[in-house]
Amino acid sequence: MLSRTADNLYWLARYMERAETAARLLEVGARISLLPTDKGYRNEWDSLLRSTGTADAFAAKYGAPVQRNIESFLFFDRDNPSSVASCITSARENGRIVRTALTTQVWDALNTAFTELRQIERTPRSELELSQLTDWTMKHAAMVRGAIDATLLRGDGYNFLNLGYYLERGDATARLMDVKYYVLLPRAGYVGTGVDNDQWMMLLRALSANRAFHWAYGGEITASKIAHFLILNPQCPRALITCVAGANNHLSRIAKLYGRPSAAQTRATALQAVLDTATAETIFDEGLHEFLTRFIGLTADLALTIHDTYLSGDMA
Amino acid sequence: MTPNFNEMYHDGKVRVPYARLEEWTRGMPAALRAQKQAEAEALFRRIGITFAVYGEGGDPDRLIPFDMFPRVFTASEWARLERGIKQRARALNAFLVDVYGRGEIVRAGRIPAALVYQNEAYEKAVVGFVPPKGVYSHIVGIDIVRTGANDFFVLEDNCRTPSGVSYMLESREMMMRMFPDLFRENRIQPVDRYHSLLRRTLNSVAPAKCSGEPTVVILTPGHFNSAYYEHSFLADLMGVELVEGADLFVDGAFVYMRTTEGPRKVDVIYRRIDDAFLDPLCFRPDSMLGVPGLMDVYRSGGVTICSAPGAGVADDKAVYTYVPEMVRFYLGEEPILNNVPTWQCAKSDDLKYVLENLGDLVVKEVHGSGGYGMLVGPKSTKAEVEEFRQKIIADPGNYIAQPTLALSATPTFVDEGIAPRHVDLRPYCLVGESIELVPGGLTRVALREGSLVVNSSQGGGVKDTWVLAE
Repeated sequence: MLSRTADNLYWLARYMERAETAARLLEVGARISLLPTDKGYRNEWDSLLRSTGTADAFAAKYGAPVQRNIESFLFFDRDNPSSVASCITSARENGRIVRTALTTQVWDALNTAFTELRQIERTPRSELELSQLTDWTMKHAAMVRGAIDATLLRGDGYNFLNLGYYLERGDATARLMDVKYYVLLPRAGYVGTGVDNDQWMMLLRALSANRAFHWAYGGEITASKIAHFLILNPQCPRALITCVAGANNHLSRIAKLYGRPSAAQTRATALQAVLDTATAETIFDEGLHEFLTRFIGLTADLALTIHDTYLSGDMA
Repeated sequence: MTPNFNEMYHDGKVRVPYARLEEWTRGMPAALRAQKQAEAEALFRRIGITFAVYGEGGDPDRLIPFDMFPRVFTASEWARLERGIKQRARALNAFLVDVYGRGEIVRAGRIPAALVYQNEAYEKAVVGFVPPKGVYSHIVGIDIVRTGANDFFVLEDNCRTPSGVSYMLESREMMMRMFPDLFRENRIQPVDRYHSLLRRTLNSVAPAKCSGEPTVVILTPGHFNSAYYEHSFLADLMGVELVEGADLFVDGAFVYMRTTEGPRKVDVIYRRIDDAFLDPLCFRPDSMLGVPGLMDVYRSGGVTICSAPGAGVADDKAVYTYVPEMVRFYLGEEPILNNVPTWQCAKSDDLKYVLENLGDLVVKEVHGSGGYGMLVGPKSTKAEVEEFRQKIIADPGNYIAQPTLALSATPTFVDEGIAPRHVDLRPYCLVGESIELVPGGLTRVALREGSLVVNSSQGGGVKDTWVLAE
């Protein structure tokens, strides 16, 4: 497959996953803002924006984090490359470029999302509920994902798409946790206060994992359980270990398909070993923030190696 | 001016090839028609068959209007067209090999030397080079208009990269999907061999240095190009990679594409970019689109470029006048398809005639395309005619003029029902080891009442083109 085609597929997936992340952040931020505090209402928008690395860009354009502006910024704003509108447009443009590497169903799902997005953009804002926007985004992200899983040939294109999905997802989970790491800071056995509990619930909610968490662990919410769930539990679809295992799996399949091991595969295996040997205790001993920073760095290295190995076309 | 020939109704009767369509339209209620039209548009949009227009604001993905009323040829009408088209494609290729070689036709005084050798499209970089199988133009799009039951004229030749074939194929797909009954009743010859014939044509001109199955690619300027859909559509049908300049590189004697498995040698490039953008080392140093060193590999027989660089000199509008001469000179035959009488403003007698009769003529720029930069005398205001007159006087060599032809019309679905609209025809003749033509082509229709301009960039639409079986 052309390196450029693989690159377009990889980014198609990253953008779709990123659109979904933006929608989740919107949903959870809006929900938090409904919770009362001593002085009025809670405001977590700033920390959510920081998790996507767009807090500064927002402040420069809009100033104080007012909810309506946040909605504009995270959903509609084309100046924000991580907004839902930007991501879906970019995903669809990447798809259009490699139209022939996609099935009709995948293209249809992408194109429908784009066409509907244009309708939404023409609809007066007063007629749009935030919950409609976030539901809409997640529905279309799921439709694209579903079309890929149900119809795409399991060739190299499929593997590059999945690499994009897993890397983006692992990165988003790690960043979101890192923004909230100080809430999880207390010793591993510590049971949180009411305020902490809300924060932890928010974190789980942002990853659509609050119910799953209770099914998997039950009982009290502790920092240790949350860290375990979001980092080390392979049952959690957004856990770091799940994402790394997914990326590793697809890199192995590519290596097998091409009959040639790669530096990217070696890196992914090493990253997986880091997670396989970790426990909640060792992570807290290292420091959650330090651990997450290290993980984000290793993921970025892996992405770079994938680019150099397969996507740039510069390989000798 | 004689009244326009109507391809369906003639002398108060329905012409034979359209007989069944008469019943078909009579049996179609307006509501069904509207529903089918909406269905077609939704399908085109969903599949992504759009004409991308960037930089003009509005929706970047535009649909080319699709008219559901087919245009029909009988088998015998087509047989004659086919012979004429193939004849012309052969002559044009013979001309190209000749003018980059000994230039016999110039030496024989059958065409002015200046017109060939000082032509902007004459590519000095390929002088003396004979491409594989002696083919310069592998896909020849010949634009044909009709003025009467047996009167066909060639309006222009497209020897470089004629576009629109995806509309020929998709219009047929759409009609078969929406009106299968029509195909049961009418015995329409299929066009769906086009892509396998194209692949075979491209394979057949693989360079001498290629052994085994050649690797074919389509070279596109990129996804911002208005015809990008067509490029990706053809790549998909043929099962070949769609590459951009940056995906290719030259190493030693060959061209390679960058793949996830490392470099892969490329043997045949069906390029959909202009000569000027092929190789910055050879043509335009400022081009971001080309492949540095490509021309060296080409000239040493390491890769075939389709159409061959330099093919444009044969489809220049001034050279066009001499195509009938080419047919006589190279093939020793009389042209089956006639040219439209053409005045070359570069000749003083012709110029005089053109300036005196400007209001009745169609004037075109020699190098223009897409229906831009032309004057349709009878459809223009006095001021427009005068403005054009000044342009011609300023640079006569840049213009040719033709009579305003009474273009044939076919029934077309319009808001008020069914009305005749002017059409032309572009068949796509494939030239490789053999010459192939699928029975059909792209019928373009001028949707505005009375308009003679069928270009999609000027409000034209497309129709399915039928050739009936014997």
